[in-house]
Amino acid sequence: MNIKKLFILAITLAAFSAGAQAEKLRVGVEGAYPPFSWKEPDGTLKGFDIDFALEVCKRLQRECVLVEQEWDGMIPALLSRKFDTIIASMSITEERKKKVDFTVKYYNTPPGIVAKKNAGFSQSNAGLKGKRLGVQRATTHQCTAEKMFPDAELVLYATQEEVFQDLAVGRLDAQISDSLQVSEGFLKQDMGKGFAFLGEMISDEECQGIGAGFAVRKKDTLLRDSLSAVIKGIRDDGTYKKLNDKYFDIDIYGR
Amino acid sequence: MQESTDRTFWEYLAYISENHSPLDFVLVWDHIDRFLWGTLLTLEITCLALLIGGLLSVPMAIARAYRHRWLNFPIWCFTYFFRGTPLLVQTYLLYYGLAQFDAVRESFLWEPVLSSAWWCALIAFTLNTAGYTTEFLRGSIVTTPSGEIEAARACGMSPLTMMRRIVLPSAFRRALPAYSNEVIFMLHSSVVLSTITLQDILGAGRWLNGRYYLAYEGFITAMLFYMVLVFIISRGFKLWEKHWLGHLRQRETDDASVTAKAN
Repeated sequence: MNIKKLFILAITLAAFSAGAQAEKLRVGVEGAYPPFSWKEPDGTLKGFDIDFALEVCKRLQRECVLVEQEWDGMIPALLSRKFDTIIASMSITEERKKKVDFTVKYYNTPPGIVAKKNAGFSQSNAGLKGKRLGVQRATTHQCTAEKMFPDAELVLYATQEEVFQDLAVGRLDAQISDSLQVSEGFLKQDMGKGFAFLGEMISDEECQGIGAGFAVRKKDTLLRDSLSAVIKGIRDDGTYKKLNDKYFDIDIYGR
Repeated sequence: MQESTDRTFWEYLAYISENHSPLDFVLVWDHIDRFLWGTLLTLEITCLALLIGGLLSVPMAIARAYRHRWLNFPIWCFTYFFRGTPLLVQTYLLYYGLAQFDAVRESFLWEPVLSSAWWCALIAFTLNTAGYTTEFLRGSIVTTPSGEIEAARACGMSPLTMMRRIVLPSAFRRALPAYSNEVIFMLHSSVVLSTITLQDILGAGRWLNGRYYLAYEGFITAMLFYMVLVFIISRGFKLWEKHWLGHLRQRETDDASVTAKAN
């Protein structure tokens, strides 16, 4: 059984303020999705999601515990109270809203398909027919791939890093994932040499939703609203730009 | 409940299943074909690995049992390695590990064999089960009753004939109960398939969980499938043992032994 151990990393913040007496906020993060979140060799978590989470905790004046969780168990772990919110580039979709509540978005980037340069097939259901298309399990991209490219042979992975590995060694013909993440985490790396986007970015609001937000349990409306307010505050006072520019050339907040 | 009267029975069932049942059984039923294909793949790889691994293990067990001068040590190393490390790690090493080397990717084996998850899994599973089977078959050969061997010699059998007609049949029979465990362990271990992208039974369950963001529906369905398979396998082995080991069973024909047992 694939019950994943939770690696717990305590980070103390703003321990002096009165807010520190509030209960610790446990934040579910992934740690295998650079540049949004990754793990350094010494075990510390880094990335845009992590920085964002720490900034949020600072503003809420609450002590935070980052809880690492494998992607396909993320929502179940939230529901079983292993943590109180998910800050892990999770897209806000109707399907997920049946299970959890979301804050407002904190960024929005479209998905894209990446294949070898001059791959010799087009970005359409006919073009991808019979091609091995890699995707990370339980992502919005699994939904998009099954809807838009039903004739492709879908190959499912537990982490996005495994998708990149198998694309690089030639076990996959193409892969579908977040355009920004694939451009930073793969195309700009050594591994991604000789690969490029197959076509235009994909727009599919039904599967992809309206951007990424923090997920909370349905009853935690108070937490949801205070997190939403904090996200807006970070966006408005210019802190967002600082966090954004540390990792990206473009503003990822989206329209 | 006013609105529910307008629905067909099937829609009503789907509504109950999605909103009020702890397990969304209609959703599982809608995708049951994936689990059936998964069962086929699980059985395919498990059976092929057991078959090939079993065939490999017979000569290796004989070499180990008779302490062949050149072969005993290498085979011991082989079984020690495959029994001493987890199958998951062996499979990862073969699938993700080997692919990191350019030499492997440029070799003639890459395209037809090593680039495919199916072949990587089959190779890892085969070698793993060969390791285990060799060792308990060796044990079984070593413990052949000396009377059987003396009798065979007295009949003037050559070593080869004796092996073929006395030692191996007798060893196979005594190894059968242990082998039924190995088969069931192998089936359980086959969940490793889903970690290298193959859609076995657990793979189908994880697909379902991933597609609909569920926590356990996929796992529970997969569990039921494995339970049914294990039930069939253990029943099958019971019958086989009855057939093959019938001569070793205690006879319970006369009343005296029955009452003796009752006491």
